[in-house]
Amino acid sequence: MAIPKTLGIETEYGISHRGVDEPNPISASSVLISAYLSFSGQQVGTGSSTVNWDFIDESPGMDVRGYAPTGAMAPEIETHLVNAVLTNGARYYVDHAHPELSTPECADALSVVRFDRAAELIAQKSMEATREFLPPGEEIVLYKNNSDGKGNSYGCHENYLVDRATPFGQIVTHCTAHFVTRQIFTGAGKVGSEVAGASADDVSFQITQRADFFEEEVGLETTLKRPIINTRDEPHADARKYRRLHVIVGDANPSQVATFLKVGTTAILLALVEDQALPREILFAAPVAAMREVSTDLTLGQPLEMADGTSATALDIQWELYAACRSYIESHGTDNVGGDVAIDVLNRWESVLGSLESDPMVLAEQIDWVAKYRLLNGYRERHGIGWNDPRLRAMDIQYHDMRPEKSLSARVGLETLVDDAQARAAMSEPPDDTRAYFRGECLRRYASSVVAANWDSMVFDVGSDVLRRVPMMEPMRGTREHMGRLFDECETAAELLRRLGK
Amino acid sequence: MAEREHVQKSAPSKRDTKPVDAPAKSERGEEIKSELDDLLDEIDEVLETNAEEFVKSYIQKGGQ
Repeated sequence: MAIPKTLGIETEYGISHRGVDEPNPISASSVLISAYLSFSGQQVGTGSSTVNWDFIDESPGMDVRGYAPTGAMAPEIETHLVNAVLTNGARYYVDHAHPELSTPECADALSVVRFDRAAELIAQKSMEATREFLPPGEEIVLYKNNSDGKGNSYGCHENYLVDRATPFGQIVTHCTAHFVTRQIFTGAGKVGSEVAGASADDVSFQITQRADFFEEEVGLETTLKRPIINTRDEPHADARKYRRLHVIVGDANPSQVATFLKVGTTAILLALVEDQALPREILFAAPVAAMREVSTDLTLGQPLEMADGTSATALDIQWELYAACRSYIESHGTDNVGGDVAIDVLNRWESVLGSLESDPMVLAEQIDWVAKYRLLNGYRERHGIGWNDPRLRAMDIQYHDMRPEKSLSARVGLETLVDDAQARAAMSEPPDDTRAYFRGECLRRYASSVVAANWDSMVFDVGSDVLRRVPMMEPMRGTREHMGRLFDECETAAELLRRLGK
Repeated sequence: MAEREHVQKSAPSKRDTKPVDAPAKSERGEEIKSELDDLLDEIDEVLETNAEEFVKSYIQKGGQ
């Protein structure tokens, strides 16, 4: 049975510390985040109001298959680095030498777009705030991309709450079909290839940043031998009822339309799998190779070899998944997939597929890879240069520059789905409709009594002998509807805990 | 199989609507092309000044 699709995304930003001889990305990330916390009144250090992340329930080495294969690398948890919970319910921390921003738990795709845009604004404020701390001539710059063009990649991960009763094998099958083919609208575009042994002449421009980095079909890793389906089993919720599907194949998208479609289509597909409504299994002969074939085929016409000996294009498969999702929504409704937002997802999905089929270039204001291709190709033609010219590689990186005055993606007229006033509010206010409301409001109202927080619990010090932990194992509880009045009636955390304990 | 047939029917029907939309989209395509020219006219001002050096120095540690 489909359950409501709580969802969110986490983005590792590229970081450059300019004006220093030997930049250290870990300390630069720490300076960046500390500067933001200081700027936003959430000072760092003990005895202040910064609320640290609580690691007690974290176990990223758990594998849904019930074992961790020998030699598999469980992600490391770096507890000593800056790691903060924000009043909008988000997490802002240093991860693998990158600053990472996780959105709070959201209840629909549009909400994800709003909080992802808020994360971009937080990233911008953070860069501004570092100017106070850095000597003249130095600057910390962030990039919302997934690769340095030299074989080093960092991720933009998605998370979806799914019913534990759904057989994981079915999720693997249907999500693989989607992840390989949704690239045609989720791709952020990239000059060249980073596949080992590929020459610069093999691939001039490809659809995604990430496809080069996937080597396995299913697995636990996120930093090496990355799998199309990640098996991390860490639900951050009641593990008897829920899984959290951790999706690592996506690109970080400056385009709001791309983010909207990326998470919106995947959420509907997962609900459909939970309700066993998929018409057939779409199996590739070689999924990892198919990822790269889709990413490097700008014609979108290359047939992919299927396991049953037939062939289909990425567009064919996307049309089939779209049609299955449309008929699923018609028969099952939208309650579990974000209400009316799901209808907007379907309509946009249909129109984008139609445009990809007739003339992808008309999507230059909606889809990142098209916007980037059009800009770079236009520049290339005007200056009569080849795809391996460093100016085009520079523009590729600069498309993702988070400084508004330098960002190329900010200049190509990308359509927005949320206005910046809404996004600015989301920098400090949590979503109303998930447990992030409880987390965020506790931090907004009772910060001095909150000792630590994480996705599924909060720890309070209300002056009694013991610290009080409040578990939040249900991602859709603790909403404004459940909690709004109680918050208004409780002036202190002690009062809130007393009322909650009744 | 009934569901499968439904998919096969509905997917092509989405495509059948494309030619009707096509003229409007081409116009939009022309518009986008002229906007691109304007964009390219002004873009040199914001581009990194030493592209080669910039690309070389953009090195990231691998992440997730």
